Amino acid sequence: MLTDPTVAPTSTAPSARVRLAAAWAQPWVRLAVLGAVVLALVAVYLFGQVPGSLSFALEYRSRTVAAMLVVSTAVGVSTVVFHTITQNRILTPSIMGFDAFYVLISTVIVFVSGSAAFLAFDQLTLWITQIVVMVAFSVLLFTWLFGGKRRSIHLMLLVGIVLGTFFRAFTEWMQRMLDPLDFQVLSDAMFASLTRPDETLLTLTAVLVVLACAALVPLRRTLDVLTLGEPAAVGLGVDHRRVVLVLFGSVSVMIAASTALVGPILFFGLIVANLAYSYAGSFRHVWTLPTAVLLGMVCLLGGQLVLERVLGYGGTLSTVIDFAGGLFFLYLVLRKGAR
Amino acid sequence: MIALENVTKRYGSSTVVDDVSIAFGAEGVTALIGPNGAGKSTLFGLVGRLLKPDAGRVSVDGQDVATAPSAALATTLAVLRQDNSVAARLTVHDLVEFGRFPHSRGRLTVADREHIERAIDYLDLQDYRNRFLDELSGGQRQRAFIAMVLAQDTKYVLLDEPLNNLDLRHMTEIMRLIRRMADELGKRIVIVLHDINVAATYADRIVAMRDGGVVADAPAREIMRPEVLGAVYDTPVDVREIDGKPVALYYG
Ligand SMILES: Nc1ncnc2c1ncn2[C@@H]1O[C@H](COP(=O)(O)OP(=O)(O)OP(=O)(O)O)[C@@H](O)[C@H]1O
Ligand SMILES: [Mg+2]
Repeated sequence: MLTDPTVAPTSTAPSARVRLAAAWAQPWVRLAVLGAVVLALVAVYLFGQVPGSLSFALEYRSRTVAAMLVVSTAVGVSTVVFHTITQNRILTPSIMGFDAFYVLISTVIVFVSGSAAFLAFDQLTLWITQIVVMVAFSVLLFTWLFGGKRRSIHLMLLVGIVLGTFFRAFTEWMQRMLDPLDFQVLSDAMFASLTRPDETLLTLTAVLVVLACAALVPLRRTLDVLTLGEPAAVGLGVDHRRVVLVLFGSVSVMIAASTALVGPILFFGLIVANLAYSYAGSFRHVWTLPTAVLLGMVCLLGGQLVLERVLGYGGTLSTVIDFAGGLFFLYLVLRKGAR
Repeated sequence: MIALENVTKRYGSSTVVDDVSIAFGAEGVTALIGPNGAGKSTLFGLVGRLLKPDAGRVSVDGQDVATAPSAALATTLAVLRQDNSVAARLTVHDLVEFGRFPHSRGRLTVADREHIERAIDYLDLQDYRNRFLDELSGGQRQRAFIAMVLAQDTKYVLLDEPLNNLDLRHMTEIMRLIRRMADELGKRIVIVLHDINVAATYADRIVAMRDGGVVADAPAREIMRPEVLGAVYDTPVDVREIDGKPVALYYG
């Protein structure tokens, strides 16, 4: 598609630079390079600076890498799909109030039963509750605003934003009434944390994310058609309502599962999705989706390496990511405005 | 045939398509004319299942568009909309390729590639095939969208103001192409036009709409009369005969 087969080969061999440029124009070359970078980062993270027993470090670190992979997949894929559904590239699924809901649920638990009970709460029960409530919420919102006669994605987004704001306000109100210790426990828990994930939860999340991605595989070409917008897609025979329902369901499950595992990661998806659009070299989802996932790995692993090994900082990666994400968001908005 | 039976479409309290019953899409070219806001694009939207009628039934070859499988309909009916814009960065070739989606579901066969090449050739887009859509002039982009509809290779082709942004040469070329598609390939084409002289020259039949209703539906020649055109557009229109062809005069 990007090479022109009609150009006759010239008598002189093309220079190495030309050939390199031609290769770089191929989406699979770009993806392969990115894959190699991720593998290198994984190797450095796993085998570099082992403090004690290698096997212990490996076990511990590979779990973090696995958590990162699950989160990058969930966040990267869901953001790209969400962008395609909404025809808007500066949104993240969190606009629908997913993370606000997550914080709300945790706050309610602490509010009602205190931080000691919250900490003692069975992790699996909490994880399942969080997912069920988040998915139920988004499905309700979806069927109410998109399933009916109105069928407006924009109305759905608007209501999502309003509800998200409401949840945040309500959460804040409850947090104000917590005693300081409870509040401290809660705010610690609300920072996304990729290290030390619970093994069972990690496995379960991975299963959910893989299932959600599997639902997308047969729709990858339909997703490409959706980039043309709803009217054109309908004209090309896409059953828009059904397809969006499946896509939205898959996005909800992925976001809910990964948020329930590591906590809210707000702007991360926005960064990787937009980087993926420019890096992938193709608008096709076969390329943009894996690119977004791998770029997510680069961000998370690279960030973790810099924080942990270069800066020797024990803090959470998510603060840095939110900060960088905020800056990136501003950049996107300003650039859009300038056009 | 594309048949509308007592179709009504309302937005709030305003009725934009008012109890319309009409069958169109016979062999050849049908022009749909009428003033701004007459309901032409709405009518296309109803046929192209983008809009649901508040009352009545729309069918294509006897199949109700509300219940027929969307994918099957897309192989019989293609619609070029009035305003086309794409958020993603696509090349002309990517766009035309999408026209084959109803047939190939994205896996292109040799036949699909031939259709794509033919559409690109027909619309004189060879030089721009690898250009991004946002790097084209308005008319070039319009041609790319027409090429996509052409590649869809459907029995019915609905074109909403395809001549927008086109220069004199490409306008006449596209009208000739549309005529050829009808005569040689047997396509049934319905085309929204504002230039009634173009409509009279290239269309076999003209359907005129006004205020959400069909006010005239007749062979082109019968529509080209001052009293008919004057009533459709609420503007005095003179019709003269030049070389045996009726020509409407409406400026000055
Ligand atoms: N989404 C909408 N909400 C409310 N009114 C609408 C909507 N879409 C169209 N209309 C109204 O319906 C009427 C018919 O619109 P339509 O687009 O069908 O006109 P048209 O005949 O295609 O005109 P033009 O020649 O300007 O393209 C107009 O009065 C328009 O204002
Ligand atoms: Mg119109």
